[in-house]
Amino acid sequence: MNILVLFLLRRLVLLIGALAVASLLIFLVLRLLPGDVAQTIGGIQASPAQLAQIRRELGLDRPLLAQYWTWISGVVTGDLGYSPLDGASVSSQLASKLAVTGPLALGAVLLAVLGAVPLGVLAAVRRRGRVGTAVSALSQLGIALPTLWVGLLLVTVFAVETRLLPAEGFPVDGWASPGQALRSLVLPCVTLALPEGAVLLRFVRSAVLDVLDQDWLRTARAKGRTRTGALLHHGLRNAAPPVVSVLGLELATLIVGAVIVEQVFNLPGVGAMLITDVGERDLAMVQGEVLVITAAILVIGFAVDVAHRLIDPRLGGRE
Amino acid sequence: MNARPRRRRRVATLRATGRALWRSRTGRLGLILTGLLVLAALVSAFWTPYDPTLVDPVQQWLLPLSGGHLLGTDNLGRDELSQLLAGAGTTLEVALLATAIATVVGLALALAAAATPRWAGSPVERLIDVLVAFPVLLIAIILAAVYGGSTWTAVTAIGLGSGVAVARVARAEITRVLGTDYVVAAHVAGSGTGRTIRRHVLPNILPTLIVQLSLVMAVAVLAEAGLSYLGFGTQPPTVSWGRMLQEQQNYIAIRPLLVIWPGIAVALAVLGFNLLGDGLREATDPRLRGSAAVEAAVEAEQ
Repeated sequence: MNILVLFLLRRLVLLIGALAVASLLIFLVLRLLPGDVAQTIGGIQASPAQLAQIRRELGLDRPLLAQYWTWISGVVTGDLGYSPLDGASVSSQLASKLAVTGPLALGAVLLAVLGAVPLGVLAAVRRRGRVGTAVSALSQLGIALPTLWVGLLLVTVFAVETRLLPAEGFPVDGWASPGQALRSLVLPCVTLALPEGAVLLRFVRSAVLDVLDQDWLRTARAKGRTRTGALLHHGLRNAAPPVVSVLGLELATLIVGAVIVEQVFNLPGVGAMLITDVGERDLAMVQGEVLVITAAILVIGFAVDVAHRLIDPRLGGRE
Repeated sequence: MNARPRRRRRVATLRATGRALWRSRTGRLGLILTGLLVLAALVSAFWTPYDPTLVDPVQQWLLPLSGGHLLGTDNLGRDELSQLLAGAGTTLEVALLATAIATVVGLALALAAAATPRWAGSPVERLIDVLVAFPVLLIAIILAAVYGGSTWTAVTAIGLGSGVAVARVARAEITRVLGTDYVVAAHVAGSGTGRTIRRHVLPNILPTLIVQLSLVMAVAVLAEAGLSYLGFGTQPPTVSWGRMLQEQQNYIAIRPLLVIWPGIAVALAVLGFNLLGDGLREATDPRLRGSAAVEAAVEAEQ
């Protein structure tokens, strides 16, 4: 019990440190790289006096550390700042976009796990047979196919040709019409789940293969368990920890994949917002969005570490 | 030990690895696919059937095998095959440059974390853990927000992003090698840190590193396509597979093939590097080579 609490505390301290370093990195990189927000707002014809005025209004003439402090103390209380271009609050903008990106990412993870785990176990158990080879080949293909391309093809088949599902967009009133919202997320979720599932499948396969070679599994069979029984009862619990670790890393790439998928399907999510703001050089918005995505990845990493610890039978999380 | 036998042994190892690579089905397919990509890139540097950027309104929407265009033309009358060849050049260029950056960044971070005293290595290790939270696309977005999209945005972003992944793998390997008896023996015999790293650590992590780099190439090809699709990568008039997809996606209902070709090109290139990496892992890992040989024998019997 004590060891577990200590472990959690240690990881929590590391997480907070990582978040602080990441926020500092984002802030500094966006400030130190050349490019002038005041110029963007004022336009090319703005006089030096006007530019100075804009800088003063935005607080850009203050020392860097003071600017960072203002930003980060706002972030801690949930205030990510305001866009200097249109005055919109970064936090409230992000919240409304997360209503699209969140369900998209979660749905994709669910699909990927549901597909990859049984297929990966199958590919491992039947590794010498035709089934195993076919599943492995399919996963190689799934990894290689570009996400955006798969999305485009799915749109053609299911939306343009057969009109079963909407090709793009999201209902204007959002989740107020849940049926429509769900239907418009089906194709994006499948698109996003495919490469993630393919990568996950490979790891499930190799984790199960490792387990199959273990002496204790043979012992379990010698004591009268059937092959399937031994695998289900002892094998999967031991194969799970490495797979959970990979799943955590996958979630990080999933968030990024969502940016591309949102673009393909014209969904009003965090990714689409990010692309627009980059196009407008709205650094305040970009800074907030990048911080939220980075923080999400770090927090997921933390959660995965904890989960790994809890489910690994050798680390004794159950004490 | 003088230089000559060492070089001869190195050549022999290289040859043996090459043979093992060609013997495995995975490795052979990987070699063939990456070979095709390199060939297409080299050819496109000197010759393409037409100028890939030549806009010709008269030759719009030509079907494959018509008007002297093997794969037809797109909405602006540009020759599809020429664009695909030129795209191979762009892809390979970006992937190679990005992988070079990833190698330098990855090795530097890994050495700083693993081959230095604890007080210096530990913070670097933590830093690597933080940098993992900045995937390629996020770095590209930060760079593009300031500089706009360009080939260099893509190269830098892919290089830095993958460099962190390389660093994680290399760090583990360097730590492992530094703990082996022969490194301890070299140290006792008076070998300094620099010499130990050059003579013992780098050659011994090389197999793992090469496998990792070929996987980085695969990631780079995918990332290049994604970034130029989003407008953060290669800009017109330079041809890129990702931008071909972006330009033709609106006409997918009219000419699906124009979207399908670049997608297949990306997929084959990625598949090639991934298979090459898997094949190299089998060829350099004696444990796996054994099982591949057994599998080959079983296959031969059938």
